[in-house]
Amino acid sequence: MTHTSTSAPIATDGFVLHDEDRAAIAHEREHYPHPQAASIEALKIVQKRHGWVPDAAIEAIARELGVPPASIEGVATFYSLIFRQPVGRHVILLCDSSSCFLTDYEALRDAFFAHLGIGFGQTTPDDRFTLLPVCCLGACDRGPALMIGDDTYGPVTPEEIPTLLEGYA
Amino acid sequence: MATIHVDDRDYEVDGADNLLHACLSLGLDIPYFCWHPAMGSVGACRQCAVKQYKNADDTQGMLVMSCMAPVQDDAYISIEDDEAKAFRANVIEWLMINHPHDCPVCEEGGHCHLQDMTVMTGHDSRRYRFRKRTHQNQDLGPFIGHEMNRCITCYRCVRFYQDYAGGGDLGAFGAHDNVYFGRFQEGTLESPFSGNLTEVCPTGVFTDQTHSEHYTRKWDLQFAPSVCHQCAVGCNISPGERYGDIRRIENRYNGEVNHHFLCDRGRFGYGYVNREDRPRVPEWRERQRVDAGPGAAGVVGGTISLEIDDALDRAADGMRNARRVIGIGSPRASLESNHMLRTLVGDTNFSTGIAARELELLVRMNELNTRCGLPSPSLREIESCDAVFVLGEDLINSAARMALAIRQAVNAKGEALAAERGIPSWNAEAVKTLAQEAHHPFFLATPDATELDALAEQTYHAAPDDIARLGFAVAHYIDPEAPCPEALDDATTALASRIAEALMVAQRPLVVSGGSLGTPAVLEAAGNVARALARRTRPGALSLVRREANSTGLSLLGGQSLDWALECLTSGEADGVVILENDLYARADAGQVDTALQRADCIVTLDHQRTATWDKADIGLPAASFAESDGTLVSLEGRAQRFYQVFEPSYIRPETRIRESWRWLNALKVSVERQVMTPLTLDEVTRDMAMTYPALAPAGDAGLSAAYRVHGLRLAREPHRYSGRTAMRANLDVSELRAPQDPDTPFAFSMEGYAGHAEPRREVAFAWAPGWNSPQAWNKFQDEVGGHLRAGDPGVRLLGPLPGDYDYTRTLPARFAARDDQWLAVPQARLFGGDETSARAEPIQARMAETRFTMSRGTAERLRMSPGVPLTFNLGERRLTLPVAISDAWPDGVIGVPDQSGLSLVAPEWGHLEPQEVRA
Ligand code: SF4
Ligand code: SF4
Ligand code: FES
Ligand code: FES
Repeated sequence: MTHTSTSAPIATDGFVLHDEDRAAIAHEREHYPHPQAASIEALKIVQKRHGWVPDAAIEAIARELGVPPASIEGVATFYSLIFRQPVGRHVILLCDSSSCFLTDYEALRDAFFAHLGIGFGQTTPDDRFTLLPVCCLGACDRGPALMIGDDTYGPVTPEEIPTLLEGYA
Repeated sequence: MATIHVDDRDYEVDGADNLLHACLSLGLDIPYFCWHPAMGSVGACRQCAVKQYKNADDTQGMLVMSCMAPVQDDAYISIEDDEAKAFRANVIEWLMINHPHDCPVCEEGGHCHLQDMTVMTGHDSRRYRFRKRTHQNQDLGPFIGHEMNRCITCYRCVRFYQDYAGGGDLGAFGAHDNVYFGRFQEGTLESPFSGNLTEVCPTGVFTDQTHSEHYTRKWDLQFAPSVCHQCAVGCNISPGERYGDIRRIENRYNGEVNHHFLCDRGRFGYGYVNREDRPRVPEWRERQRVDAGPGAAGVVGGTISLEIDDALDRAADGMRNARRVIGIGSPRASLESNHMLRTLVGDTNFSTGIAARELELLVRMNELNTRCGLPSPSLREIESCDAVFVLGEDLINSAARMALAIRQAVNAKGEALAAERGIPSWNAEAVKTLAQEAHHPFFLATPDATELDALAEQTYHAAPDDIARLGFAVAHYIDPEAPCPEALDDATTALASRIAEALMVAQRPLVVSGGSLGTPAVLEAAGNVARALARRTRPGALSLVRREANSTGLSLLGGQSLDWALECLTSGEADGVVILENDLYARADAGQVDTALQRADCIVTLDHQRTATWDKADIGLPAASFAESDGTLVSLEGRAQRFYQVFEPSYIRPETRIRESWRWLNALKVSVERQVMTPLTLDEVTRDMAMTYPALAPAGDAGLSAAYRVHGLRLAREPHRYSGRTAMRANLDVSELRAPQDPDTPFAFSMEGYAGHAEPRREVAFAWAPGWNSPQAWNKFQDEVGGHLRAGDPGVRLLGPLPGDYDYTRTLPARFAARDDQWLAVPQARLFGGDETSARAEPIQARMAETRFTMSRGTAERLRMSPGVPLTFNLGERRLTLPVAISDAWPDGVIGVPDQSGLSLVAPEWGHLEPQEVRA
């Protein structure tokens, strides 16, 4: 798709890309013959700074890359790890795929629910944690596995949860 | 060719097709969703599964998606195989899990591909008893309604909108069982082809909102084969009528012209037919002659309605009393009506109603189409061109459907690349992935940036004369015999030789130009390029854009200009005038028209719209619009096409006295000559017209004669399920009136008559076949799906290159020089609002952008203008105030004036800015 419409709405709701992020997106763009290909990286860059990707950022990225906002939004909504709603300071990704299932992911899940007082897709009232299910973290030999932020843990037992979370303020 | 064995029968098919395409072309039914004849296969919906066997002995076989399986010679397949049937039944059941049970309230119902496929698959009861996923709908503007819950995730909408039509604001969002098709944010769909979503979407997600306003099921609509009257492209349409109003316009398949798609101006611009304020009975306006001076009102006094005879008598009296009566024809009226007017007033008294400078260009375009060695291509032929050079046309605005065809031509590079790798052209996703941004060479020279720029290898934004100079230079680089403009700068020279090379290397180069800029030199330049290509024996094509539905036809019919007519009246050379379906105020300066009309002692006007001109007439005769009349138009391709009457207006509104213009004019002639009225039929007028003008002779065969029958039957205008016929007039009269009779065409105002697909016929009122209620029923009428109608595509071509060696134009313009105190006003075509009649339709009005003067940043700076500030521009006597828009593309010293914005600008003119506006 090559169309760049001049009349596309470019309301920004005051969202301004951080200068460093603009530079980083421009840099990513250089890697590909077609700017569209840099969409995912651009979304990750924005998410890294803001924790999630607000609507206005979609438009800002679209303008930065010179592609229609609909195509950025298409990418952003396709990947479940691009967050389109605010998340807590730390996102817990709990693997629910086969190996972890076999190593009693369910017990771990229930323990998280109980410990944090939230279910999947929810954020603790203090904005500290968001809990999400995820499929296979590639740590199948260490199931049940999970990730907090960029750190992968496994195997994790329900009892270890409080200590594990202490490291994430 | 290949032989395939389908359920134990042998068939010959094209080996380059996929199985689905081949089987549908054979007339076999396989259900499908995501495949579309114009967009190829993606294998997304899994609905088209069939069994394929290794050989005659294989009894096991395996399921394949027929749309993704290439035809193999000696292939054994089964559609009827139990496993294949069960698979298809499962797929549709899954697709229907989230689909609401809302056919009775869904506007797609009755012409729904999903309904058809569900029935075809035998899925007649739902087992799913749980919650369905639901979505929020968006307001997508005045044209398209949105009901996302009905989506079956076939992806056709985005594939059409983005890949085929180049739109950027509709997308697919989400993943797995939660995918949403809509805009990033609620708002008007920007693509001028959005209306096609209503036919491309196999369900009721995208529906025609103009139809919703006065909804009627397809089976309750009365249709006729018609031709779009909103520009010169000549797309074929099927307007549907109920209770005396046009309810919607559907695409009518013509394999050479529009095939599956229309533009939004054509699809949604019909509202003028239904306007309450339309003249429906003859009117007589009493006037007191005031001593005519420019600007003085010529008409005082009231208007009274007349009966037909009285109106004709008064008009005939007025005409007989006049010393000389001239006729002003119209490029939005049929050949037949113009011909009758010319017959009424005499050859020497006939004006085409087209401004002189535009008429000159039209005549020149006809010459170029016959005298430069390259043929005028159909849209289908345009799609197969592999290098395109556009001179001076902003095609999205001046000939939208052609722009869509050019997109396909330029994008077909992907198919060429795929072919080199053995990937068939129908394998859409593979072709797209391979093609990425690959395009055939495409060069575009226009004053402003256009929507097609994104596809172009290089654009050239310049003043009209400089655009012409680029063209002349290209011709020179193709053939050194062609003259080269003097003082070309290096960049232009480099560009010209690059374009020349691309055109020379191509298999089928296409040159496009036209009259939008009103600049003869631009046309001449295109002519030189075409000649140069012809001389170097390149099998290319030359397409020239005309403005209105019958501009080409009228320029072939011939006659004087509108300027001549106004002058005749102003000077008193003529004192009577008959004006045919033409609002003179939309074409000439209001002051000039006022003066001319004031001087006339007798003004008779025929129109279906209450225009400023109508209001000046002594006698107004209510003319039929395209929907209530038959006639012939000639498109910009030079294709003469017949449009047929959709409904008889007096059936529902007995008080109306609307008649076809040609019928009125004949009656007027009879009255003026005091002869006895004998009925006249369309066939007689058409025959007489074809015999009178040699250039139009083939146009006599453009349509079906009234005597045409299939198995002794007339053709039905109404589907056989048409309901309520006995009741629909009951509020007027409890006894059912006999259905109106049609002396002019083989179509009946009835469901009685032939409506099938088995007998090949060119003119199809509505597409329907047993089991196929949606527009996909067109498959059944085609020689192969997506090909041509089996009986041949409608229309006959009038413009073909005449043999001979024609010399180049050798008068070349000098380089454009901006002036200090004057600005060059250049006409700017606009899709919504640029056409007189559709601009009277409410949905089009809702979609019109504000008119503005466009100028370059440099010009704006010189004038100290910023966007939105009003500017008053003076062209001689005429002045207009509009806000300013700034475009980085525009050349300095030039100001763009949108069509139909009040300046009646047909060609570039130097003008002044009102002094108080220059804040120097
Ligand atoms: S909206 Fe229509 S065309 Fe688009 S995916 Fe859904 S069903 Fe298919
Ligand atoms: S391109 Fe022209 S003829 Fe075709 S639908 Fe649009 S307005 Fe009508
Ligand atoms: S299944 Fe849990 S990490 Fe792979
Ligand atoms: S039509 Fe073949 S998979 Fe959709």
